Amino acid sequence: MKFSPSRLWAIVVKEFVQMRRDRLTLGMMAGIPVLQLLLFGYAINANPKHLPTAVLMADNGPQGRTLLYALENSSYFDFVRRVKTEPEGRRLLARGDVQFVVNIPENFTRDFLRGDRPAILVEADATDPVATVNALAALNAAVNGALKNDLKGPLAFLSGTAPPVELQIHALYNPEDITAYNIVPGLMGTILTMTMIAITGLAITRERESGTMENLLSMPTRPLEVMIGKIVPYILVGYMQMALILLTARLLFRVPMAGSIALLMAVTFVFIVANLAMGITFSTLATTQRQAMQMSMFFFLPNILLSGFMFPFRGMPVWAQDIGEFLPLTHFLRIIRGILLKGNGFTDVVRELWQIALFAIVAIALSVKSFRRTLD
Amino acid sequence: MPDGLAIDVHGMTKRFDGLTAVNRVDLQVRTGDICGFLGPNGSGKTTFIRMLCGLLRPDGGSGTCLGHDVMTGSEAIKGLVGYMTQRFSFWDDLTIHENLDFVARMYSIGNRRRVVRESIERLGLEGQGNKLAGELSGGWKQRLALAACMIHDPKLLLLDEPTAGVDPKARREFWEEIHRLAEQGLTFLIATHYMDEAERCHRLAFILNGKLLSQGTVAEVIEQAHLTTWSVSGPDLTGLAGKLRVRPGVEQAVAFGNTLHISGDDADALLGAIAPFRAAPYEWRGIDSSLEDVFIHFMGGRAGRQMEGPRMDGPSS
Repeated sequence: MKFSPSRLWAIVVKEFVQMRRDRLTLGMMAGIPVLQLLLFGYAINANPKHLPTAVLMADNGPQGRTLLYALENSSYFDFVRRVKTEPEGRRLLARGDVQFVVNIPENFTRDFLRGDRPAILVEADATDPVATVNALAALNAAVNGALKNDLKGPLAFLSGTAPPVELQIHALYNPEDITAYNIVPGLMGTILTMTMIAITGLAITRERESGTMENLLSMPTRPLEVMIGKIVPYILVGYMQMALILLTARLLFRVPMAGSIALLMAVTFVFIVANLAMGITFSTLATTQRQAMQMSMFFFLPNILLSGFMFPFRGMPVWAQDIGEFLPLTHFLRIIRGILLKGNGFTDVVRELWQIALFAIVAIALSVKSFRRTLD
Repeated sequence: MPDGLAIDVHGMTKRFDGLTAVNRVDLQVRTGDICGFLGPNGSGKTTFIRMLCGLLRPDGGSGTCLGHDVMTGSEAIKGLVGYMTQRFSFWDDLTIHENLDFVARMYSIGNRRRVVRESIERLGLEGQGNKLAGELSGGWKQRLALAACMIHDPKLLLLDEPTAGVDPKARREFWEEIHRLAEQGLTFLIATHYMDEAERCHRLAFILNGKLLSQGTVAEVIEQAHLTTWSVSGPDLTGLAGKLRVRPGVEQAVAFGNTLHISGDDADALLGAIAPFRAAPYEWRGIDSSLEDVFIHFMGGRAGRQMEGPRMDGPSS
């Protein structure tokens, strides 16, 4: 048989006709590039500024104020909290409320005027090295530049070779700035999201496509039984994946595990259920397995880009952060990084946890509601 | 059952996007009867059956199925009815045993293990329970499906074209089984296109374009059609058929081996139509109309001679 252009054309035409019939695929072909362009173009920023910073001012002298003013002017630091004690600052860092705590010690003004080169302590939440590296680089310049103006007249003797203050930076939780410490725990959440949604996305559509749904519906069963019955096996799968990743994280990447693994496992349950429920919802909404896969893809994209997995959450514009706050992955990443790297306990993670739980409840309600009890 | 009726429904109606798939159908089936449900493809058989077992919500109608209200009692009805879908709808990637066991669990059967074992024995598949359902041939799949939809001991079986794609021997065995079960008091509603199968039913219901046209025993249905049929033998029957078909009063001219069957519902007009040909070399004989003649008559008579367009039978068929 010779290569026949007319046969080739027949196949091309058939593909186009089928493509036109599948509206969802067509929509995705336009939707995915647009979504990617918007997210990558507008939402992602590897040089986050205006990072929330707490300040501990044990000295109220003018030089300290000048310093803080200079930091704020560098546009990397936004002073959002004032704390009274060091533990209070630590706690804000652990919870992720602030990225930095700037500590102006007692007698700062006196030591400065004496030329004793007083220390300024800056504690940074370095779980995500990308988020802090530029800010810390700007720190030195800002501090030295700020005090230049003060070193006039009687204080001119201080503008010698050594800087007038000593800058001490404590990169907490990940002092060596190892990116893997941030990425590997993040991957746990990302992998769970991807597999859980993809697997259950197919759960109902597969029955529908193979015709077994008609059979299942003709038996006396309730939608909730079908939903939960389809979710439970994959909860176990999720835990097996979790164990696998944790083991790899420990053995290959030496990721620190400062907090309680039992707590992590317990929290993961809510996260897995949230994703499975989302997948089941896609499965009830889609009519074919392919549509379910496409919906999962569409959901997965913002999860990767807006959750703080790949790019610093605080680098994103407010609208992107708002979207990110809806995603269970965003909260799970904070929890898992908090537990593994910062050693956070239940009280630190609970306020992220209830947001995942809320998502799970809404997703379950949605899936039960959209589950069609009949073939109508 | 009240009045001994397993199915007693009136005015059953179902519309899909403005298209009326089932239009005010009344149907009564006595307990222990095998009711054949006849009609061409897309006439609404599957839709009607799905409404009976709660898979589709009727847009109108009333009545009872096994004593439960068809509009509100579908949960109760589901537990008492066995529904065999047109297409094999058990799980190809489960074994015979796993399929039966799953169904038994869904119906909360008490002595599940024994029931499943007995079901496999009755199927004659001892020792083969570990075979995947997807590996079975058409005939065995159909037997498995029947066994599975009977595992909860239903009172009414709704079978949607159960013998499509099944060889004649398996079909005969299947029907023998149906009759055996009917004698034990089970009621059947069986959708089919096969005339030989229709003749094995106690009663028939004929549906076309969503409307019930005729209901009764085989003889009654044939009687109701008021059809006259002649058989003719002789040379060039194909040519003769062509000449007869265009004459008024002739509805059908169909070849049956070496004879041609000519039918029409107006006996006098038919007589007039064949009169010019009632001479040698043709030999004419008045015969009883067959069920197939009646079937074609119903289809042709109501819908005109032109081809019927395809109709929806339901969203997922």
